[in-house]
Amino acid sequence: MSEKIQLIGAKEIEITLQRLACQLIENHGNFKNTVLIGIQNRGAVLADRIKSILENTYGLKDLKLGYLDITFFRDDFRRGGETITANQTKIDFLVEDVNVVFIDDVLHSGRSVRAALTAIQSFGRPSNIELMVFVDRRFSRSLPIQPDYKGRKVDSYENEKVVLELKEKDGTDGVYIEQKKQK
Amino acid sequence: MSQLSVDHLLGIKGLTREDIELIFSTADNFKGVINRPIKKVPSLRDITIANLFFENSTRTRLSFELAEKRLSADVVNFSASSSSVTKGETLVDTVKNILAMKVDMVVMRHPNPGAGVFLSKHIDATILNAGDGAHEHPTQALLDTYSIREKFGTVEGKKVVIVGDILHSRVALSNIYALQLLGAEVMVCGPSTLLPKFIHTLGVKVETNLRKALEWADVANMLRVQHERQDIKYFPSIREYTNMYGVDMELLNSLESDVTILHPGPINRGVEITSEVADSDKALILDQVENGVAVRMAVLYLLASKIKRE
Repeated sequence: MSEKIQLIGAKEIEITLQRLACQLIENHGNFKNTVLIGIQNRGAVLADRIKSILENTYGLKDLKLGYLDITFFRDDFRRGGETITANQTKIDFLVEDVNVVFIDDVLHSGRSVRAALTAIQSFGRPSNIELMVFVDRRFSRSLPIQPDYKGRKVDSYENEKVVLELKEKDGTDGVYIEQKKQK
Repeated sequence: MSQLSVDHLLGIKGLTREDIELIFSTADNFKGVINRPIKKVPSLRDITIANLFFENSTRTRLSFELAEKRLSADVVNFSASSSSVTKGETLVDTVKNILAMKVDMVVMRHPNPGAGVFLSKHIDATILNAGDGAHEHPTQALLDTYSIREKFGTVEGKKVVIVGDILHSRVALSNIYALQLLGAEVMVCGPSTLLPKFIHTLGVKVETNLRKALEWADVANMLRVQHERQDIKYFPSIREYTNMYGVDMELLNSLESDVTILHPGPINRGVEITSEVADSDKALILDQVENGVAVRMAVLYLLASKIKRE
């Protein structure tokens, strides 16, 4: 069994999410022309949390939130990895001429975000797309993609995996670092 | 993280319940895709698929072609009537020549039962059976059961009667396998000349009275009378068949409970079912066609994921 080390605990996650929500308000005001898109599957949970902070703590109303599944848009299909089970895409609005904020858990190579940029085109042509990630793994990018809002920066080796666990899915909140499983 | 247990889709026999459930949950996602403004995903953009139809088809062929194109695959079409098959080329030679043009997957309809199995042993490509003689038509059974699941939420415990020409039907056999795998009860109903003698050994109920069958069933899958496969007369006349085994609104309304009507198409209007039934809200016929594309996308996607790039 590989060792799993906690980097960030539940309390700090809550504080960071509050900060990220405030940063969104700074740039998007009342969110009249902005939609939030959570990237399946942990990004979707994270987007739910951000939305509830914006609504409950800051009294914003009528926020638009969608979930985007990028499974069919990945560029590693049939490249030796495991087949990934698709999740639901649920976007009940057009993203034509609106500001889109992608929300994802961990930014690593940038390939998921590239896939999301392609996938979102099926729903319209946004005027602007921003990226919010909870964990930014620096020095690991394969593509020219950088976050606009980031929770924490984490530096790690290539053979390590950084996971954001969320209580809705995993029972507890926390950011962990662990050795990648040998194939 | 899941995969099909098979490398080819030759029939429903050989699949597991988990396979079918994986196909259904993947099809749910593709159904979302085909209802978007842009109905296309890039998953299969480096895959080439040959559609080999050695027998006529409208729906299945169009449905497969649409599914392939919506997954961004490259598609070549072939039909026997306009090919060198008429000059005497064998099946293996035809397909080997097509594969020499670097084709990854073959979707094949063929008049001979077992053609898909035969091919899968002789060539190195993923085979999808789109109907082989009177043997199996797996994607039709998948889309039929998917449509039942969509309407009722589950297939488990549902009572399904397959009505008509069971003897010549590949749809019937595949449906029996799929429905039983998913936990439905199955009955076949038709004139005794069109019921295979040992069909009960598959564990299905057998009934020759249509009214009794419909009283029992939640769903009726009305098969087409396959004139082209009938070498001798199996019933005195079409009119008599319609009187005994045709479904009209009057019959449906006289039943105590609602029966949902499926039909694999093409419909002989006024023979198996009347136009009124076909166009009513009791029939899922057009849902079946829509679901056919999603289910075929799911099968193609899941099988393609097993082809590893060199």
